[in-house]
Amino acid sequence: MSLKQTPSQTIGPFFSYGLTPEQSNYPNLSSLSTNSLLTGSTIGEEIRLEGRIFDGAGDIVSDAMIEIWQTDAEGRYPDQQSSGKTNSNFSGFGRCDTGVDSQNKYIFETIKPGQIDTETAPHINVTIFMRGLLLHVFTRIYFSDEGRSNSADAVLSTVPFDRQKTLIAKKVAGVTPVTYVFDVFLQGENETVFFDI
Amino acid sequence: MLKSQFTARDWGSNPKYLSPSYKSTILRSPTKPLIPLKQTLSEITGPVFGHHSIKPLDNDLTQNGITDGREPLGERIIVSGKVIDEKGRPQRSTLIEIWQCNSAGRYIHSNDQHNAPLDPNFFGGGRCMTDENGYYKFYTIKPAAYPWGNHPNAWRPAHIHFSLFGPAYATRLITQSYFPGDPLLELDPIFMATPKSSRNLLIKQFSIGASEEGFALGYNFDFILRGPNATPMEN
Ligand SMILES: [Fe+2]
Repeated sequence: MSLKQTPSQTIGPFFSYGLTPEQSNYPNLSSLSTNSLLTGSTIGEEIRLEGRIFDGAGDIVSDAMIEIWQTDAEGRYPDQQSSGKTNSNFSGFGRCDTGVDSQNKYIFETIKPGQIDTETAPHINVTIFMRGLLLHVFTRIYFSDEGRSNSADAVLSTVPFDRQKTLIAKKVAGVTPVTYVFDVFLQGENETVFFDI
Repeated sequence: MLKSQFTARDWGSNPKYLSPSYKSTILRSPTKPLIPLKQTLSEITGPVFGHHSIKPLDNDLTQNGITDGREPLGERIIVSGKVIDEKGRPQRSTLIEIWQCNSAGRYIHSNDQHNAPLDPNFFGGGRCMTDENGYYKFYTIKPAAYPWGNHPNAWRPAHIHFSLFGPAYATRLITQSYFPGDPLLELDPIFMATPKSSRNLLIKQFSIGASEEGFALGYNFDFILRGPNATPMEN
């Protein structure tokens, strides 16, 4: 027999002093994870990932928490790193409060993830929480300059073709560090694909 | 290495995204159906937080916000319980984070405009890890109800916000835990958005056994996370 799962409830508007305390300027508590995944010894191509979250009226959401989970540059999640190769102590995990940036962007400094296997394109797993979301949404970020591996990706291929573009971060030309933009649309014509995982 | 996929999200136990009586859901809930994703390595792995990241007072909100040498005002309580999966298996070394308002119903968050006093000795945030048997314990101050703008004379029932990871990206949970016997529960659109049959899973149980004599009343609250399903996957 199985027990029922504890139901989700909204994160509400006041999470930041508990979950993102340092980046949101509540110094009483240290942050367990931040919006930078770079440790100084992280191997790989450093990138900046940024975007905004839009509600159904087109307004930018200023009170969301976005979490990312990704592999290292060699396509390994942290718990697989014991197998001989090394890539510093990359946590693979980051968090950002959209209330911090003056334009309410989320911003991550990280490395471009590697490829896990031939049917998985480089991607970043994304979880989004906010007031008004009674349970979080899951999505994925793929990269605009990975066309070939994107077309072989087993998950992306299950998404209707006209909606796949909502999952692809666009590389910004000519900026350093290399920057990708990924906006999230909760509703509307360009509604982002959210997954039932 | 063999790893299991996880059971599905329990849609019968969770609120729906669109619950119009909770007004913020109207413009923030996805309108298109979710796309099913067969779990891959990305969903069955997850971040790891070591016990070293937790400091001694992190689970004691009656002590971790003191700024002028005095204890926070309000009723001390103990909230403890265990984290298990759907088969009752304990979830060890999993991170639990909490945040709440003070005993007057005020959050320290700068966006909280409720005209109730802040307590200079209460911060309202904390965290701990479950032990080998999946148990956790927090000391805190009982939070109060507070008004919000959802509808005329709207009040949130007293609650503590909880964030849990569990073993994988797929097991992430953020929820709120309420207090037994609160008359505001049936008036609260957030609590009431939860299917009736699972609302009891959001209410703490008073426990005289968990209370500490001469110090604080105890409440029990357990978390049930998604667990591995029967079929392992190869990677
Ligand atoms: Fe709250």
